Amino acid sequence: MSTEATKSSATQPSATQPSASATPKSVKTVSGITVRLCGDSGDGMQLLGTQLTNTSALAGNDIATFPDFPAEIRAPKGTRAGVSGFQVQFASHEVHTPGDSLDALVAMNPAALVTNLADLVKGGLLIVNEDSFEDKDLKLAKLKVNPLDEPAMENYRLVKVSMTKLTKGAVAEFGLSVKEADRCKNFFAMGLVYWLYGRNIDSTLRFIHGKFADGKSVLANANEKALRAGWAYGETIEALGHSYNVEAAELKSGTYRNIIGNQAMAWGLLAAAQRSGKEIFYASYPITPASDILHELCKYKNFGVCTFQAEDEIAAVCSAIGASYGGQMAVTTSSGPGIALKTEAMGLAMMLELPLLVIDVQRGGPSTGLPTKTEQSDLLQVMFGRNGEAPLPVLAAQSPGDCFEIVQEAWMLATQLMLPVVVLSDGYIANGSEPWAIPDVSKMPPIVVTHPTENNNPDGAYMPYKRNELLARPWAIPGTEGLMHRVGGLEKEDGSGNISYDPDNHQKMVNIRAQKVANAAKLLPPQQVIGPQSGELLVLSWGGTYGACLTAVQQAQKEGISVALAHIRYLNPFPSNLGEILSRYEKVLIPELNMGQLRMLIRSRYLVDAVGYNKVKGKPFAVSELVEKITEMTKSANHKTAQSLAS
Amino acid sequence: MSTALPVLKAEDFTSDQDIRWCPGCGDYSILAQMKKVLPEIGVPPEKTVFISGIGCSSRFPYYVNTYGVHSIHGRAPAVATGLRLTRPDLSVWVITGDGDSLSIGGNHFIHLLRRNVDLNIVLFNNRIYGLTKGQYSPTSVEGQITKSTPMGVVDHPLNPISVAVGAEASFIARSVDSNVKHLAYTLKRAAAHKGTSFVEVYQNCNVFNDGAFAYAQDKATRDDATIELEHGKPMIFGKDRDRGIRLNGLSLEVVDLSQGKVKEDDLLFHDEKASSTLVYMLSRMRRPDFPEPIGVFRDVLSETYEDAVHGQIQEAVQQRGKGNLQKLFSSGDTWKVGA
Repeated sequence: MSTEATKSSATQPSATQPSASATPKSVKTVSGITVRLCGDSGDGMQLLGTQLTNTSALAGNDIATFPDFPAEIRAPKGTRAGVSGFQVQFASHEVHTPGDSLDALVAMNPAALVTNLADLVKGGLLIVNEDSFEDKDLKLAKLKVNPLDEPAMENYRLVKVSMTKLTKGAVAEFGLSVKEADRCKNFFAMGLVYWLYGRNIDSTLRFIHGKFADGKSVLANANEKALRAGWAYGETIEALGHSYNVEAAELKSGTYRNIIGNQAMAWGLLAAAQRSGKEIFYASYPITPASDILHELCKYKNFGVCTFQAEDEIAAVCSAIGASYGGQMAVTTSSGPGIALKTEAMGLAMMLELPLLVIDVQRGGPSTGLPTKTEQSDLLQVMFGRNGEAPLPVLAAQSPGDCFEIVQEAWMLATQLMLPVVVLSDGYIANGSEPWAIPDVSKMPPIVVTHPTENNNPDGAYMPYKRNELLARPWAIPGTEGLMHRVGGLEKEDGSGNISYDPDNHQKMVNIRAQKVANAAKLLPPQQVIGPQSGELLVLSWGGTYGACLTAVQQAQKEGISVALAHIRYLNPFPSNLGEILSRYEKVLIPELNMGQLRMLIRSRYLVDAVGYNKVKGKPFAVSELVEKITEMTKSANHKTAQSLAS
Repeated sequence: MSTALPVLKAEDFTSDQDIRWCPGCGDYSILAQMKKVLPEIGVPPEKTVFISGIGCSSRFPYYVNTYGVHSIHGRAPAVATGLRLTRPDLSVWVITGDGDSLSIGGNHFIHLLRRNVDLNIVLFNNRIYGLTKGQYSPTSVEGQITKSTPMGVVDHPLNPISVAVGAEASFIARSVDSNVKHLAYTLKRAAAHKGTSFVEVYQNCNVFNDGAFAYAQDKATRDDATIELEHGKPMIFGKDRDRGIRLNGLSLEVVDLSQGKVKEDDLLFHDEKASSTLVYMLSRMRRPDFPEPIGVFRDVLSETYEDAVHGQIQEAVQQRGKGNLQKLFSSGDTWKVGA
């Protein structure tokens, strides 16, 4: 958080804004804020975070979010295991990460406080609900001493707020039960946070009244009252000397909305379907963190979307294969453990040469691993996790909004090359959000898909495996007279598709299927580099670490370090110019949230002595740790330091 | 100008592929009856799709000149569900075996049946793994000596009909490979039923489990060892049609009709619409205590899965109008930047 100006003025007026107090407090303008809201899983922290995000986006800030919650739905109340958090960075400049360290932390109970305090900067604002720091709460958090009484608190601007009691008082007039009244306290906290950052409460009011419609207007009114009470409290108390203002960011012109990664994935599928004149058959089995794509898509039946919640992961992918054979846009999604189950069927789809999208929203592994935490450790699984020689194109989204783009590119490849395409996302971008420039649908180019109606073999039976210049076979679909044909997992003769155990034919077919994947590079743009086009260090990244890697590289560049970023979205095949790019730098650093999977691929493919920066802690990279690694690896950084010391 | 529809013949459904089943395999008979029945059903070859998994039976799609998918082990019901859900204009058949559908694919099998997807599933039950050369299957009988059970099978076998009843299948039938007339009739009944039609076929594997169903195949024994289910008719069997099945409390019993003490009216009358409890009791009729029922156990009408799914899609379109992407993207809170 950097202070830009301090001025004394009331917050932005709004028709529905709570009335300003008699003595308006001063407002400090800052370029950006990182705040984390944390409490019990049942405290509504995800809701609070989402609302703050949307409101900040509406204020024109650039935003990046990081929801972080336990795998348990309702872990025992008040315990450390049950702490749920939502971090958001909003700024008047471009941001690509939710922020390394916190300017402000709101903790609803002792467990939330002790598990999150380490990330709060010295001098940072710490707001706690002091009503939940009773002996029983401390016991639940396994604390012997009240952390609020610890000397360490002097490092922070601690503001103790009696949220439970204040909320109860505020909503007393509505005659709610004790439990219902207590539940309103997250809106009280929200009001306080909104005051602190000068957020407009209108969109949250719309949300409240939309959520508690249909005879629940008492709850809506109570929550609105709690929200306004929180705001008024901020304005009134001495402890909060001033509020903050974060100006709108300079984004490219356009109409924006906030978008979450899984939502963008679902919308990208809708767009791909429309562009190709297809309807979606979407089959999946519930799994964290991919299920929200199913939840999102099943809302769009009026787009002709058919969602199928299958009996298991295998049935999901197999039913999608059936739909693809029938000519539909077939999609299946999962996370690591489910992809493992789909493996054999993915090989079948590859062998049948049918278009299919397989979306893997990665989470911490191996086995059940860390279901709600992020990781990039399925890369080698989707690259090689099939029996036989079974390469598939693999694409990876780089941000929440990019899920929208990448899945359309994947569908383009799947249909032009007639093969399954894997799309990688991860828990971090799947649940994270960012501002998204709403595209003009009328300007989206079509994805041309054709189904033959004429026999392609003048000498006899239709040839289902007769290929075009990209080696793609025709997509003849059942119902077409005269083109009856059978496909199967057994090796087949090229052209006719008849079962064939001929040695030379098998070699030929393996080569063709590999070349078909390689041909994808012809349909994709070349790799771009951000920063110097040659030099000392190239950071090579992929997937959801884009934001952290870009921010780190930009920071290092500002410090005078010669470093460039190549963030790849196409992992198989690699962009056609990647080898050439790698050769232009003395060193290559590959940061990954795994133990070096892309590094292994790059080293074996290009014989480049790439260095890894690897971490598997279920958390995204902090920018600072990447900057540190970049600095450590560059002579230019050392030179600069030496020069500045000399001068 | 004649507008008569072309008359389809068995040859229209014959593919140009060499058949690779062992000589004498029961599969030949089932294929022959299928090709005989398909023209009578009246769906042209291009609107017909055969989907199979892995096993001897699963080579079937290659031998009929329709569309077809030879998929992976046990998964044909899932592949077929996806196809039928998206292409309700097609006639879809699943060809499977006892290992394919009851062992590795057991899960998909029961879910296909309980969803009532409108397709036909024909299970070739030979009580053995043939393609992997002779290991016991989930329908192998206790004590059966196979390549993987030199001291006899200790697993309790699954009864395919009982499983189908448990999954509340809307059409359940059993036939025998060599009983060609009955088999053809049963396949036609299956095709005519709207909803999932399940047909178990006793099929002889003459290489690894020869004679497993001899009692139901041989003219000399089959009338005593099996009983043909006929809707609305009393359950009578035996070469001399002198024995019957009677419901006694919550049990079935074999009764002697020859003495005149028990009359036909005292017998259980087969009802294809009967409750699943009764159908389950029929499915448990096993030799040597009972003759094994052949025919249609159950044929009831209930909403198909695809009708329900597409009904919701139509309802959504009616209520909200055909989806508009631009409207969707611009829904909710948005803000403008720049000009």
